Amino acid sequence: MKLIIEKNRYISNKKKLLIYLSSLILGIFISSFIFLFKGINPFYAIYKIFSGSFFSLFGLKETITKMIPLLLIGSGLTVAFQGKFWNIGAEGQLLAGATVASWIALNIGPKVDLVIPLMFLGGFIGGALWAMIAAYLKSKLGINDIISTLMLNYIMAQIVQYLIYGPWKGKTQYGFPYTDNFPANAILPLIKNSRIHWITLILGLIAAVLLYFFIYRTKYGYEIRVVGENPNAAKYAGINFIKVSFIIMIISGGLAGLAGVGEVAAIHRHLSYPDQISANLGYTGIIVAWLALLNPLMAILTSFFFGGILVGGDIIQTSFKLPFATINLFNGLILVFALIGMFFIEYKIRIDKE
Amino acid sequence: MDLIISTLSRALVAGTPLLFGTIGEIIAERSGVFNLGIEGMMATGAVVAFGVTLSTGSVWFGFLMAIIAAALLSSIHAFICITLKGKQTLSGLALTMIGLGISGVIGRSFIGIPLPDRFSSIKIPYLSLLPIVGPVLFSRDILFYIALFLAIFSYIFLYKTRVGINLRSAGESPKAADSLGVNVNLYRYIAVIIGGAMAGMGGAYLSTAYIPQWIEGMVGGRGWIVVALTIFAYWNPLKAIWTSYLFGGIYILQYLLQPLGIPPSLLMMLPYLSTLIILIFTSRSNLLKRIGSPEALGEPFLKEDK
Repeated sequence: MKLIIEKNRYISNKKKLLIYLSSLILGIFISSFIFLFKGINPFYAIYKIFSGSFFSLFGLKETITKMIPLLLIGSGLTVAFQGKFWNIGAEGQLLAGATVASWIALNIGPKVDLVIPLMFLGGFIGGALWAMIAAYLKSKLGINDIISTLMLNYIMAQIVQYLIYGPWKGKTQYGFPYTDNFPANAILPLIKNSRIHWITLILGLIAAVLLYFFIYRTKYGYEIRVVGENPNAAKYAGINFIKVSFIIMIISGGLAGLAGVGEVAAIHRHLSYPDQISANLGYTGIIVAWLALLNPLMAILTSFFFGGILVGGDIIQTSFKLPFATINLFNGLILVFALIGMFFIEYKIRIDKE
Repeated sequence: MDLIISTLSRALVAGTPLLFGTIGEIIAERSGVFNLGIEGMMATGAVVAFGVTLSTGSVWFGFLMAIIAAALLSSIHAFICITLKGKQTLSGLALTMIGLGISGVIGRSFIGIPLPDRFSSIKIPYLSLLPIVGPVLFSRDILFYIALFLAIFSYIFLYKTRVGINLRSAGESPKAADSLGVNVNLYRYIAVIIGGAMAGMGGAYLSTAYIPQWIEGMVGGRGWIVVALTIFAYWNPLKAIWTSYLFGGIYILQYLLQPLGIPPSLLMMLPYLSTLIILIFTSRSNLLKRIGSPEALGEPFLKEDK
């Protein structure tokens, strides 16, 4: 008797969804056992995470607040990953957007009343430009995209660090390494009694819908998918790899930049420590995109889910005195189970009785 | 003179964790499996080495447990990439998240506690008395020599032994290797786990020899730099020696340049910026010399594909 692994020729969408959801639920269930090491009942911990993030009005509002940057980043990354461009640099692109938006808020804000549209535009361009470095390095010089985008994350974080400790350090922050607070006209309006900056949320939802049509209904979207599925075929079909790489990175980097604008202009209201602003959102966005099976519309659901996980993470952090890194562990394990799920979607195991 | 000696020795020490990691990644990639989890495995190795040394008082036991922990972690990656034929990039990222998570969760209680035992430098009789090379090369800690030995040993293993050649053939053309009777997936499993063990050594070096105290996020991107160094060294363990030490030197350059009044955050950028610059130069010469990554790197092997 022998186990044989074969490629699945056909699998119904219903079965796909079933496999996929059960692998996620199993993932959450098994990862919750890490709480046992800290002497916490895993079921109680899961209950705390989900009741705090989804089943109370306050929690739900916070979940949506955290969902906003994840949606922008995650939906942009679905496009990048469909074109097999491993953009791991959303963290740095978010910071680039936040930095440009901060400069506009502090320097143009006092002079021009309607500065918010300008901040969003600047944030998009900032994130896109930072991402284009990696597009250039990959498409022109053949440099590994994972490494270049990661290195750019570290470099951008140090640039922000330099700015807030040096030339941009605020005069009104009592020596803290923050820029001055943004003027009132540069702060995003919030939905009452919450931290939901609805403009950014709407931008995220629009982006997800537009990207869905872009990737499945337009010529450029088609080219991106061909490059992702079969780079050789793309070459023979005359698809310009350089152009595709730049389009991918302008979209995913620009959207990460928008996420950065939302974070500084609504949540922090000044530029401060880079790791507090990007807060692993760029890396969590990668999981958001993959759990959405690289469908931008599905990213709305998965970003909402992971927004909740982040809120739940904050809750268990304070109520069980667990370090923030716990959520890293949790995310990683969920990703492992999603990968196991993907196996059962793509392959089937046959038992051969010889 | 003293400055030169101290700079060179510090560069070698700073390069050693990179060397451990790079040899590990070379072995894994040579077998055809890309492992982006080095950062996570180094973080786990660092925290386990520190914690075990703290509770048992034996730094050697800490080192051993770090190896085992990182190897176990890498076996998750091996399972997903080899048995489940999953996406190697994604699995590596998951591994990094898990490893950083483990190190953050366990490490928090270690902050501020001094280590009772550490790997400290030993003076090799006679040789350490030589001018310059004596204090630079022959007065290092034992792990420094282990890393060097492993690099040379891995080179001989990969290029001069039957098993090593089989391992490389699993990464170059798995189908041909399979038809010659090489168990491709078994080779890959072992290579990934050995690679993980070595990343664990690199992490352990950081927390028990380089800086014997617990600092949150002490791996600080070294695991990613290792992935770049693997390319820079053309997947050759001997070349990994000088590339790792070169990068050790870049880490030390930060401290040397500090008195010049350059803002510290700009200096902290150096290793990452240098990685990009060096990759740009390597890619050019790689294109010229037509040296590339192992042919089947990143591709799962399915026997039924024949």
